[in-house]
Amino acid sequence: MSLALIVLLPFLGAVLPALMIRSGRDACAIATGSINTLALALLLTNVPAVLRGETVRADWPWISRLGLDIQFMVDGLGLLFAGMILAIGLLVVIYARFYLSPRDSMGNFFAYLLLFQGAMTGIVLSNNVLLLLIFWEMTSLASFLLIGFWGHTAAGRQGARMALTVTGCGGLSLIGGMLLIGQIVGSYELTEILGSGDVVRESPYYGWVLVLVLIGCFTKSAQFPFHFWLPHAMAAPTPVSAYLHSATMVKAGIFLLARLWPILSGTDAWFLIVTTTGLVTMLGGAAIALFKDDLKALLAYSTVSHLGLMTMLLGFSTPLAVVACMLHVINHAAFKAALFLNTGIIDHETGTRDISRLGGLWRLMPGTALVATVAAASMAGLPPLGGFLSKEMMLEEAAHTKLFGLAGLLPAVATLAAIFSFAYSLRYVVHTFGGRQRDDYARPPHDPGFGLWLSPALLASLAVLIGLFPETISGPVVRFSSRSVLGAEPPEFHLSLWHGVTPALWMSAIAVGVGCFAILVYGLVDRGWRWLPHPEAKRAFDATVAGLTGASRRLSDGLHNGSLQRYLFVMISTAWLVGAVSFFGHTLDAGTRPTLPVNPVILVGWLLLIGACVLVVVLQHERLLALILVNVIGLIASMFFIYFSAPDLALTQISVEVVTLILMLLALYFLPKQTLLEITRRAQVRNGILAVLVGIGAGGLTWATTTRDFTSLSQYYWDQALPGSGGANVVNVILVDFRGFDTFGEIMVLGISALIIFALLNGMTRGPLAVKLAAWNSGERYSPNRHPLVMVVVTRLMLPLSLMVAAFIFFRGHNLPGGGFIAALVVSIALVMQYMASGFGWAAKQVRFDYHALIGGGALIAGATGISAMVLGLPFLTSGFEHFHLPIVGEFELSSALAFDLGVFLTVIGGVMLALAQLSFLGDSTTREAVNEEPMDYNPAAPMGNRWRKRKG
Amino acid sequence: MEWLVATAVAAMTSAGIYLTLSARTFTVVIGLTLLTYATNLFLFTTGRLTINQPDIISDPLAPHADPIPQALVLTAIVISFGVTALILAMAVRGYFESDGDHVDLLGPEETVARGRK
Repeated sequence: MSLALIVLLPFLGAVLPALMIRSGRDACAIATGSINTLALALLLTNVPAVLRGETVRADWPWISRLGLDIQFMVDGLGLLFAGMILAIGLLVVIYARFYLSPRDSMGNFFAYLLLFQGAMTGIVLSNNVLLLLIFWEMTSLASFLLIGFWGHTAAGRQGARMALTVTGCGGLSLIGGMLLIGQIVGSYELTEILGSGDVVRESPYYGWVLVLVLIGCFTKSAQFPFHFWLPHAMAAPTPVSAYLHSATMVKAGIFLLARLWPILSGTDAWFLIVTTTGLVTMLGGAAIALFKDDLKALLAYSTVSHLGLMTMLLGFSTPLAVVACMLHVINHAAFKAALFLNTGIIDHETGTRDISRLGGLWRLMPGTALVATVAAASMAGLPPLGGFLSKEMMLEEAAHTKLFGLAGLLPAVATLAAIFSFAYSLRYVVHTFGGRQRDDYARPPHDPGFGLWLSPALLASLAVLIGLFPETISGPVVRFSSRSVLGAEPPEFHLSLWHGVTPALWMSAIAVGVGCFAILVYGLVDRGWRWLPHPEAKRAFDATVAGLTGASRRLSDGLHNGSLQRYLFVMISTAWLVGAVSFFGHTLDAGTRPTLPVNPVILVGWLLLIGACVLVVVLQHERLLALILVNVIGLIASMFFIYFSAPDLALTQISVEVVTLILMLLALYFLPKQTLLEITRRAQVRNGILAVLVGIGAGGLTWATTTRDFTSLSQYYWDQALPGSGGANVVNVILVDFRGFDTFGEIMVLGISALIIFALLNGMTRGPLAVKLAAWNSGERYSPNRHPLVMVVVTRLMLPLSLMVAAFIFFRGHNLPGGGFIAALVVSIALVMQYMASGFGWAAKQVRFDYHALIGGGALIAGATGISAMVLGLPFLTSGFEHFHLPIVGEFELSSALAFDLGVFLTVIGGVMLALAQLSFLGDSTTREAVNEEPMDYNPAAPMGNRWRKRKG
Repeated sequence: MEWLVATAVAAMTSAGIYLTLSARTFTVVIGLTLLTYATNLFLFTTGRLTINQPDIISDPLAPHADPIPQALVLTAIVISFGVTALILAMAVRGYFESDGDHVDLLGPEETVARGRK
């Protein structure tokens, strides 16, 4: 449990600083620090086991079928990195408490920092590569938040975006590589993968795995040519830089290289790619660092260089190189974090990080100068500091490694890099602290308070301690971490300052000598450097990004140009093509099912239908006529349903037909009554061809389907309808019982679409649209008798009859054709008739219930019916029924499906009526006459001669 | 009889597609309605054509119509009503918002030129 808790604590704790900031900055920092300390303490409980050479593991199943389980482990490598992440994290938290200004939101800062810490700890403790990938992506996201913490600056935003883009792309590549590894090994469990090195190396996909994984690691660890994001990430607050670029973010790539070292290393490809990349990065980073005037930029390129060094060591593929790499990981974390934090102090005190405006700080800030000198000396690789040890080991390894078959190449380049490395370290100290004391600082700088110098001082003393007592301080750590990388005991080695006069010592001596000379004549060297061409990586990156966004914009604008006609044409022709390809790709025999004889009545209907289809296309510009023709077609379709034994469908179709017609007529009132044929002849022909092709396809499909025999699932429903649900109308039983959940979703859709319609149309009665609406004149002449007597009387008579019919249809629905849907449509039609006869104003006054409430109430009833089954411990929407006997009525049945159908009934009425009423309300607000409140224009109760009501307006 | 239904589906589909591809909202809605008829009829025919057979259980062993496509089509009819109503409301709102009922997103000049034809 404690293992998962180490990773989880920072994530859970990320809430704390955001809350605690209300109690002040100290409380916020203390909360963050406590979480951090607790996680560190939990981690340290695993030290004894790791020292014994064990791997502590913790597993929980998660999505085992995908190979994704929550698996954590602590081995030597994980312990080293997790220790670094949490320990330096704690120091950074202390430092940041005093570094951040009151204007910065400290709660957010610490929350982001903890999220990042959790993600990093997750990477190094994961025992499942899929889990590792999740944490890997999380570090990219969390670092985006941290780097862009000062989002008000353009540099902050650009730096954060660039870091996210580069590491995010690398992350994608890494996912590919890891999935390939998982496929090759057959498991995503890291310990299992680490034991299958030979399988991976001999796999034909090894090349892909290598390239994909390396891209992921190189982008994260800022290796050439992906190094450019790191210096731009320096726009972050200094504590972030110190944390991300010394011990965590960029080390994630090194960690993964080391983690996968047992399975990927040892091949020529690995050696060549990793060593060369590391070497180039080491040299290039060091060279650029020397000429940077911004202290943080200098440190950034120095970080790039040192990451190159570590990468190169892992590329060597020898056990001693791994040992050197592990030692350097510790050293680099110590001196680089110290230097970054120190730079923050200088920035804080003098208000600048520009070397050309600094100098002589030795006397003003002696404490800071001491810490900086010690840390920089370790970075330069001077004895008796930790950096010297690992640099010597690196040079020693480089001295007898051949690259491209040349014995001298590697040592020479490594020495050159060491020269630069020494020179920039020297420059950092000499040009900042040395020289004449300046007095042009904004305010007199002095050593900061305890809170700011504590962390760098501790880190610098660590560098000294490692140098003086290497075996005691760093020996065990280097041994157990190397052991888990190598998968075996590391070869015998002894960490000490003095190994005799070795080639490495000579190379170091050259580096010191030439480096000192370079700083002496720095002005000259600098001029020479400026004379050289400097390719600007940011410009190339920006150009690439701009090119990509431009291309995708052109592509999407080209495809998505706002023309519905084009979209529909493309979609329909694509659908047709997909169907055609699979049709012509197969042979199809004629069907064997005997066809039915032609019925003459149906033949007449068919003729009408075909004729109406042709006419509707020809007469489409006369919209009213087209509407009527469509209804003819709809009615014939319902005739088909009746004839082919589907009475429920026919009833539904006919009632929907009526409602749709009214709806369309209402809508047509607001739209132009004619359509001009305005698409070009060519487009007509093109559309016509597509329409005919699709028609042939649909017709052919229907023909092919109906002339074949088939087996249907329906026998099950047929057998179960009576015993299971107590209903004889299987269609209705399917709707309200077997597939009740579908129906439930469907009434939701209907209700929601009615609410959207309400929102769309109701919004028109306010604002500028209301003015347009009031001025709307449909241009048609309508009958002056708006509410004819006969129609009013007949619809009033019909209302109770229709309601009774609806009730009848509703109750018999479970056993005979009918049901909630059809009953609701019948009620709706009866109600709409009242609106039509007497107008919206009168009808709306008579309605005593709210259509919104009907929709909601219906949905609630249907939902409650389903839930009541769950209360009884049955699955959602399980139905129950019981037969009762009443004295006069006789035997009857009550079922929960009936209650569900009631919900359907209410929602459908609400939905249909809301849509219709809203449209007619809209029409009412355009008429320039007063809203009628009487049922008829003619008042039969008034005395003769005065029976026509006066019309206003 | 099957060829009657098949040709009816074909005719309704063709007319529906042709109208759906046109340039004005109301015509598109009419086209969609026709397509709905065609689709529903086709879905219904997946249960094959049967005459004078019950979809009500009177004798459980007697031959009967396939109830599944019927149930599916029944919901399809109601849903397509909801969708048609929604598109109509959008057409009305769009007409008043943009002073035109063209289905394409036009530039301001085109709207003025083509809007109120």
